[in-house]
Amino acid sequence: MSDATKQLLENLNALVVALSLLTAFGIVAMRQARACLNLFIVESLLLAASAALLGLRYQSPHLYGVALVNLISKPIIVPWLLRRTSPAEIYTRREIDQVLNIPTALLIALALAVGAYFVGVPLANAVAPEFRGPNVPIGIAVLLLGAFTLTVRREALSLLIGLLVMENGAFLAGISIARDLGMLVELAIATDGLVIVFVMGVLVRAVQKQIGTTSVGSLDSLRETVGTADSDEALL
Amino acid sequence: MSVIVILVVPLLATLLICVPLGRRWVAAVTVVSSVVDLMLITQLAGEVVSGSGSVELLVPAWHKWIAVDGLSALILLLIGLIATTAAIYSVGYMAQRDLTAKKLRLYHVNYNLFVFSMLAIPVLAEPTLVWIVVELTTLCSALLVSFENTREALEAAWKYVVLSLMGAGVALLGFMVLFAALHAGGGETYTWMGLERAAPKMPAILLQTAFLLILIGLGTKVGLVPMHTWLPDAHSQAPSSVCALLSGIETTSILYVILRLFPLMQAVPGAHADVWALVLGLISVGTAAFLLLQVKDYKRLFAFSTVEHMGILLTAIGLGGSAAGYGAMQQIVSHSVTKSFCFFAAGATLLATGTREIAAVRGLIRRSPVAGAALLLGGLAIAGAPPLAVFLSEFTILKAGLDRGQYLATGLLAMFIVIAFFGVMAHVNRMVFAPAEERSPATEGSATLRLPFSCRLALFLAAVPVLGLGVYIPKPLHDLLTLAAAAVSR
Repeated sequence: MSDATKQLLENLNALVVALSLLTAFGIVAMRQARACLNLFIVESLLLAASAALLGLRYQSPHLYGVALVNLISKPIIVPWLLRRTSPAEIYTRREIDQVLNIPTALLIALALAVGAYFVGVPLANAVAPEFRGPNVPIGIAVLLLGAFTLTVRREALSLLIGLLVMENGAFLAGISIARDLGMLVELAIATDGLVIVFVMGVLVRAVQKQIGTTSVGSLDSLRETVGTADSDEALL
Repeated sequence: MSVIVILVVPLLATLLICVPLGRRWVAAVTVVSSVVDLMLITQLAGEVVSGSGSVELLVPAWHKWIAVDGLSALILLLIGLIATTAAIYSVGYMAQRDLTAKKLRLYHVNYNLFVFSMLAIPVLAEPTLVWIVVELTTLCSALLVSFENTREALEAAWKYVVLSLMGAGVALLGFMVLFAALHAGGGETYTWMGLERAAPKMPAILLQTAFLLILIGLGTKVGLVPMHTWLPDAHSQAPSSVCALLSGIETTSILYVILRLFPLMQAVPGAHADVWALVLGLISVGTAAFLLLQVKDYKRLFAFSTVEHMGILLTAIGLGGSAAGYGAMQQIVSHSVTKSFCFFAAGATLLATGTREIAAVRGLIRRSPVAGAALLLGGLAIAGAPPLAVFLSEFTILKAGLDRGQYLATGLLAMFIVIAFFGVMAHVNRMVFAPAEERSPATEGSATLRLPFSCRLALFLAAVPVLGLGVYIPKPLHDLLTLAAAAVSR
């Protein structure tokens, strides 16, 4: 492979990785549950593209495997599983009572991304040169944005997507620093993602049936400080 | 004998349960399979002890991924033991409520899958595969936590899943960084043993980052403060037999994964794994000790005590040295056997009174002598009263800490343990002995409930190690503990 081609592949990878950071920001900003799901699918496609580009660049068949697994599991099987397990209502929901408003959330997200850069760059510099690249800092940023989504959202679907985005972020960093993890492991991790979707889908259905809401984040009957007046009396 | 058989047994049980042969069949399969598994594990642990040292057993095709040494044998043994007593307990416990046959089958299927996923943690030696089975423990137990299908149970299950999986996401990045560290330190195979061999050559920054990410990520699932918020909810809302598994052994088997990283960190100069363990551990013990004082629900009381014990364990590892390591291993054993007993006792109390509120249970010893006595023994045992198992292990840890000259940490630990002791005993004492109030819900209703035979049997079986291990540790167990301690500290 000529040097020019290598350079081109690396640049393309940088573009794809940057776009996936953009989709993560989009997920923080979107109120519509359905739009979050679509953005997540786009992000998974970008992850697959990055894996394929890096695979081409470093002649690593493992990465083609990662790309293929991502291409099949997330855009196709995840939405299908969700349709099978959970009530259709989760798609139509909007985040009404999000903990933070959108501009504040985006501002914090920006701070997280900058922080991830400062954490990720020294980490990326500690590995051999052929493992470096934009994947590690951006992967960490995507992971943090996923975690942030989890903390501010309350709708079931947004929470589920936050979890999957975190996993995508870990993968985005992983395909550059842990390239030869092994096919079995990749497959197992992908399967695991599907089990997550299945179990959470079943739980959402149960919550919706029992409590009549899919806004699971706002359930708060279990807490430490409920000490009601009469139970305090009984204690004395 | 092959180690894989241990993993196959619960899976086989899951398949057999799906054969529709009625309620007795379903329960019998779970009990028999867990007893068989316990026997297989005991035999394996015996082999590990007599072969002394880390053994990479097994068929060539698997040798990369499966290995059992002293530490994993110890965890396996505890999982086997508690899965057995909890299986016996759930026969009677589940029969007390009117479940449809389908729901009962669902319980047992999930139970066996959960046991399978826990057994796979110590057996697997490939860290990413371990990560996957850790995820599976969450996913298999989520539907057990939400089993009661009440508002609270669903909320607890949801919190449990979201926070555990969030931690797992962080840990996944940690395991990938760990792989990169291994790669940078020479091309060993990615197993616990390979990591240990490569550790001195790893770049410190990668190893430290991996350690912290995994400590935070999996620490969420262990219930370390401040990531513990889901634990009292999940560990109190699940059916009591499941609580025994969750609190007694799931937490320690996840902690086992974190413990695996300590030898690596000790091989790298300037990596402060023990300081992290000490600080996080003391914070957990301290917070839990004070939260214990104000609980309103006796199952939450025992759940907070789990947070406390995980803190003690981590502190013991942080104190360093082989004596503290031995104490930590002893503490793993005593916590597992005692905490499962406590939840069996709590379940018995729940059956006898029908309420989970501490304030509503008074004079239990007169209403149900078995439940009352069990709750009292459980409370004394878990709080660490002599001469019970927890007392001995906590004493070993404190003594090791003083010998190491860690006076501040040991002093704090001792103080928190004493506070927790009073916290637990104040609540339990009132529940067991205080005069019964008029018109409290506990005095009405099913006044003369006799505990099912299997519950009493499980309580008896679980009480044996709680009482016995406080005065006498058999020689094979002592050897196993020494082996396990050697795997975490040097």
